[in-house]
Amino acid sequence: MTRDADQAVACTRLVYAFGETTAVDGLDLTVAKGEVFGLLGPNGAGKTTAIRCITTLLPVPARMVRVFGRDAAKDAMAVRRLLGYVPQQLSADASLTGRENVALFARVFDVPRKERAERVGQALTAVDLTDAADRLAGTYSGGMVRRLELAQALVSAPRLLILDEPTIGLDPIARTGVWEHINAVRAATGMTVLVTTHYMDEADQYCDRVGLMHHGRIRALGTPAELREGLGERRRAAGAAATDPLPTLEDVFRDIAGSGLDEKSGDFRDVRSTRRTANRVG
Amino acid sequence: MSEAPAAPRTASADRAREEGIGLLVQPPRPRAGWRVLPARVLAMCAVELQKLRHDRTELYTRAVQPALWLLIFGQTFTRIKAIPTQGIPYVDYLAPGIIAQSAMFIAIFYGIQIIWERDAGILNKLLVTPTPRSALITGKAFAAGVKSLIQAVVVIVIAALLGVALTWNPLKLLGVAAVVVLGSAFFSCLSMTIAGVVLSRDRLMGFGQAITMPLFFGSNALYPVSVMPGWLQAVSKVNPLSYQVDALRGLLLGTPDHLALDFAVLLVAAALGIAAASSLLGRLAR
Repeated sequence: MTRDADQAVACTRLVYAFGETTAVDGLDLTVAKGEVFGLLGPNGAGKTTAIRCITTLLPVPARMVRVFGRDAAKDAMAVRRLLGYVPQQLSADASLTGRENVALFARVFDVPRKERAERVGQALTAVDLTDAADRLAGTYSGGMVRRLELAQALVSAPRLLILDEPTIGLDPIARTGVWEHINAVRAATGMTVLVTTHYMDEADQYCDRVGLMHHGRIRALGTPAELREGLGERRRAAGAAATDPLPTLEDVFRDIAGSGLDEKSGDFRDVRSTRRTANRVG
Repeated sequence: MSEAPAAPRTASADRAREEGIGLLVQPPRPRAGWRVLPARVLAMCAVELQKLRHDRTELYTRAVQPALWLLIFGQTFTRIKAIPTQGIPYVDYLAPGIIAQSAMFIAIFYGIQIIWERDAGILNKLLVTPTPRSALITGKAFAAGVKSLIQAVVVIVIAALLGVALTWNPLKLLGVAAVVVLGSAFFSCLSMTIAGVVLSRDRLMGFGQAITMPLFFGSNALYPVSVMPGWLQAVSKVNPLSYQVDALRGLLLGTPDHLALDFAVLLVAAALGIAAASSLLGRLAR
């Protein structure tokens, strides 16, 4: 087995530009099988574009993106069969029931008819939505919709679950609920999780490793503890007192991204989409 | 920077089974070859039917306009006898045109639906499934056809209640269903193609409004091609709606038709529409 196949995701000098704007600028990233990897960064850092390249939504040249050893450019269909994807927007169809929403994804992933009902039932059980399965998704709370989307992603038994801002706009209890379900399913299935988030506390608590992106590249990579300790050491070397409080992951984020306003931090559509999602769940 | 850690031991399928989610560690066996397309088309059609089952409001509200066309326009022009209709009452002549119009009005706004699906993240999620773009568009086109077909049944019932002498030959009705589905597939693809160009709902609304009436009045839905001025006859010749209406009239009323040509034009138009909309779908995903 090649080293590529041991890695869930391998991006090699990934570049993606929209016209003259380079959103991802030479991204090198590997995600190991079975880990929960957090991709962090300010708006406009290139996280979502990187995710879209990995999910085959955006075309990339050959050998830049591999998922479990499969080239996203040459073997897009095989890559898609390995993925479960939850986009940032609330993407469940409000005019279908929870069960029908999940069944659609069972169908498009070729789950045979004789197995479909049971598999859909198991996906709904995994996210604790069995009792609400036959209600229209339009009647669900924000946290329930997120769990429903998780069930849609899980029904095809993906090896890599990709979540783009899965808890945006949710209250703390719903956020915890979503993460508990992600962790429980991951523990039971051994799948790899790649997640983007703006919530540093979530990244600190739930991610095995994080990569901090800024201006299209990874600027810091490691376990949350490694990144915090690294900043602490740099601060002490610069003269900070040993008794100063340990830096948080948010401090690391500010250290990398700066705290000033950045005119390139996310376009109008990104911000509108984020606000819409937050409004719909809130 | 740290190296990626060694992969932890994958949890066993036993554990997943113990937790009652054993199937969620077994990827389904992929379909291959020609079987992918019909499977995706069925999936999209099933969704459309499920939506209609949950909320029939659209079905009722969309029945109002064709009912008014048949009831007011059809009955009035039947009395006036101003339009040559090959010896049949005008309301009979009009009914197939109104069936085609209703189906087109449903299909032509599918582009708005696909832009809404893009904004809601549904489209991206579907594009990350093992569904070729052409299969996704074909699925949506046939889903529009299914929705239009249900609308056509409603219009046929209204026409029958108004005394229109329609055929009840099952084979001919099957032909009617095929014509409605093919026509709707083309018009939904036309709309999704425009969606792939304009990329916004507001612009597409404008385009939708701008093309539906010319398509309708530039066809044989209301009057025969022979009474049109020369330039409009030329428009009618390249308007797939004319071929749809011609086929519907021939099948439902038994008037002289060109069924082979009508079906050929609708098939080619639908295929070209699917190809065009599929090629532009990537623009919506960006």
